[in-house]
Amino acid sequence: MATMAMDNNIIRVALTGNPNTGKSTIFNEITGARQKIGNWPGVTVDKKEGHVTFEGKHIQVIDLPGTYSVNARSPEEKIVIDYLQEAQLDLVVDVIDSSNIERNLFLTVQLLEKGIPLMLDLNMQDEAKRRGIKIDVKKLEKKLGYPVLLTVARDGKSIKNLLNVFTSVSMESYGPSEELQAHIAKIQEIENSGLTGMDLQEAIIKQRYAFIDEILSEVAEFSSVGSTLTEKMDSVLANGVLALPLFLAILYAVFQITFEWIGQPIADALEEVITGDFTEWVAGALEGAQVADWMQALILDGIIGGVGSVIIFVPLIFMLFFCLSFLDGTGYMARVAFIMDPIMRRAGLSGKSVMPLMMGFGCGVPSIMGARALDNEKDRILSILAAPFLTCGAKLPIMALFAAMFFPDNAANVVFAMYIVGVVMAIVSTKLLTAAKYKDETATFLLELPPYRMPDMKTVLLETWDKGKGYLVKAGTIIFVGCVLIWFLGAFNMDGMVEEQSESFLASIGAVVGALFTFHGFGNWEAGAAVISGILAKESVVSTIGVLYGLPDISAEAEDAVETAEALSATGMAAAFTSLSALAFMVFSQIYTPCVTALGTIKKETNSWKMMFFAAGYMFALAWVVSLIVYQGGKLLGFE
Amino acid sequence: MTLKECKTGMSVRVENIGDSLLKERLMTMGLIPGTTVKVLRSAPLGDPMAIGIRSYNLAMRREDADKIEVTQVG
Repeated sequence: MATMAMDNNIIRVALTGNPNTGKSTIFNEITGARQKIGNWPGVTVDKKEGHVTFEGKHIQVIDLPGTYSVNARSPEEKIVIDYLQEAQLDLVVDVIDSSNIERNLFLTVQLLEKGIPLMLDLNMQDEAKRRGIKIDVKKLEKKLGYPVLLTVARDGKSIKNLLNVFTSVSMESYGPSEELQAHIAKIQEIENSGLTGMDLQEAIIKQRYAFIDEILSEVAEFSSVGSTLTEKMDSVLANGVLALPLFLAILYAVFQITFEWIGQPIADALEEVITGDFTEWVAGALEGAQVADWMQALILDGIIGGVGSVIIFVPLIFMLFFCLSFLDGTGYMARVAFIMDPIMRRAGLSGKSVMPLMMGFGCGVPSIMGARALDNEKDRILSILAAPFLTCGAKLPIMALFAAMFFPDNAANVVFAMYIVGVVMAIVSTKLLTAAKYKDETATFLLELPPYRMPDMKTVLLETWDKGKGYLVKAGTIIFVGCVLIWFLGAFNMDGMVEEQSESFLASIGAVVGALFTFHGFGNWEAGAAVISGILAKESVVSTIGVLYGLPDISAEAEDAVETAEALSATGMAAAFTSLSALAFMVFSQIYTPCVTALGTIKKETNSWKMMFFAAGYMFALAWVVSLIVYQGGKLLGFE
Repeated sequence: MTLKECKTGMSVRVENIGDSLLKERLMTMGLIPGTTVKVLRSAPLGDPMAIGIRSYNLAMRREDADKIEVTQVG
C-alpha cells in the first residue's frame, strides 16, 4: 500500500472514518463542485470522487463510506477495506471526531493493524474544546508512529492546512511505534489462541479498546463540563410526550416550505412558461419549418406535455431534498428515527423510515430514494415498497374530483378516508411482505445520536443537487419514452392517425383493461384508459377522464375539484359510475401500480428489474382485490 | 440486572453481553464488559432508549438492551 501511485503527477488521497465526523464536509469543502457521485459496483452505496488543484499539483480525493469498523460485515465496510488494500494511494486520511475520540480510534487501530499507514485528522476541534477534551497531538503521534493533524471542519484555514499536507507529506517516513507493534503482536497472539467465532471477536475487540484506553490515558485530558447544548436540546426534542407534537410541527413546516411557500410557487411559474410561451414558441417554430402534422402533435402533446409535467415537479423535489438534507445535517433526523421507532415498529418498519415515508405524501420518488438512509436490506425494501401506497400530490386530484362528484355532502371526509386507506394499505402490505419474505429476519436498531450541529451549507446544497439531478436525468428518460408511447396509443389506430380518441389504440386497450373491472362496477373503456394513463403519471388520470368525456379543458388541480365535478356531472361520467363504483375506483387508484417515474426509481434504488416488475404487478393485484371487496361488500350491505 | 431495567439517569457498568445479532456491532462501538454506560432517556413510548457511552450517545431497543447485563455504579 505504501507504494507510490503510478502517475507521479497526481496525488491520490482517500478519506476514511466513522459516520458523523465531518468527513463529507471536508470532502465537499476541498473538492466543491468538482466531484462526481457514482455507485460502487453492485451495491447502492454512493461512490464519491473529486479533484482539486493546489499549488500546481493535481489532487484526487475519494470519500469512502463512513464506517465504525472494517469487519466487512456490511457492504460499506467491505468497500472501505477492499479499496484501502487494493487501490494505489499516496495518502489515507482517517477523519476523527475529536469530541468522540475513543470510539473513533477503534477504526484507526483496526486499519493500522492491517498495515494501512494513516494520517490522523483530529476534526471537530472546536466541539472537543467545548466538551472539555484536550488532546496532546505530539504525544499521540509518538504513541502510534503516524502523523496527526488538527482541523475544524468548516474553516478555510483547516482546509488549506489539509491541502498543504496532501501535497507535502510522505508517508514513507512513518511506521508503527513500539507500542503499536506490541498491540499488533497481542492481537496475533489472540488470533492464534484457539478461540473461535464470537469469543475470538470479543477478545480482539477488548484488546483494541484496552490499547485505546491506554493511549488516551496518556495523551488526552477529559475535564467534565456542564450539560452540553445537545443534552439540553434532546431533553426537549427527543424526550417525553412533547417530542411528538414538535416533530409534527417541524414536518408541517417542511411541507409548507415545499408545497406552499417556496417549491410550489416556482413550480407554478415554471408550468406557466412551459405550457404557455415555450409551447407557443415551439409550435411556431415547427409550423415555420413545415414539420409533418403527426410530428408536431408528437412533440407538442406527447413530449412537451408529458416531459413538461415532470419538469414541473423538479422545484418541489429540490425543495424537499433541501429540507431533508438540512435536517439530516443538524442531527435531528436521528432523533426522528428515535422517537418514531416504537410506532413504526408496530407497523413492521423501522424508525429510520419515518422521514423517507413522510415524503411519500408529497411524491413517491424522493420517498423511495430516501430509503437509502436505512441500514439493512429488509428495512430498505419494505420502506421502498410501502411508499407508493401513500396519497402523493398527484393522487390527491383524483380523490378530490371523485369525492366532489359522487359524495358532495361528505367530500372532505371521503378524501381523508382515502389517506387512511393509503396508510392502512402500506401497513398491511408491509406485514404481508414480512410474512412472505422476511419471516426469519430480525430487524435490529442501533443508532448513533450525533451532537446537534449547524449543517454545512455546501454539503446540503451538493446533496440536494445530486439527488435532484438524478431525478431529472434517470426518471426523465423513462417519462420521455412513456409519454411518447401513451401519446401514440391515444392518437393512432391500425388505420393511422385518428380524429376521436375513442377510436384509438388507447380506447381498444382501455376496453380490455376496463373488462378487468367488470365486477368492480367500473368496467368501461374510459375508466380502463384512465387507469393506464395513471401508470404513466397519476396527474394524467383526471385530464384523461376530461378528454374522454368530452371536456378536454378541465383543471387537474385539487382545489378546482368542485367546479370540475359540476362540469363532469353533465356528461356521461355521472351515469358511468354509481357512488359505490366511484368509491371502488378511488380505492383502486389509491393502491394500484405507481407511476413510471416511481417504478423507474424503484428499479434504480433496488438495482433490480425483477423488484420493479414485482412492485408493479403486486400493487395492481392488491388494488384489484381490495377494490373488489369494497364494491361487492358494499353491494351486499345494500349500498349503491 | 439488565440494561433494559435501568431507570433514566442511572450509571451502570457492563458485565456481560449476551449473544445477539447486535453483539459484535455493540462491542465495536465501544460497549464491552467494563464500560460505563449512562441511561439518558427513553423515546416517548418508552422504547427505544438512549444511552451515553464513551463520549457519545447511542439509541437501542429495549429488547436488545435486555441482553446486556449490568451493575449499578451511580
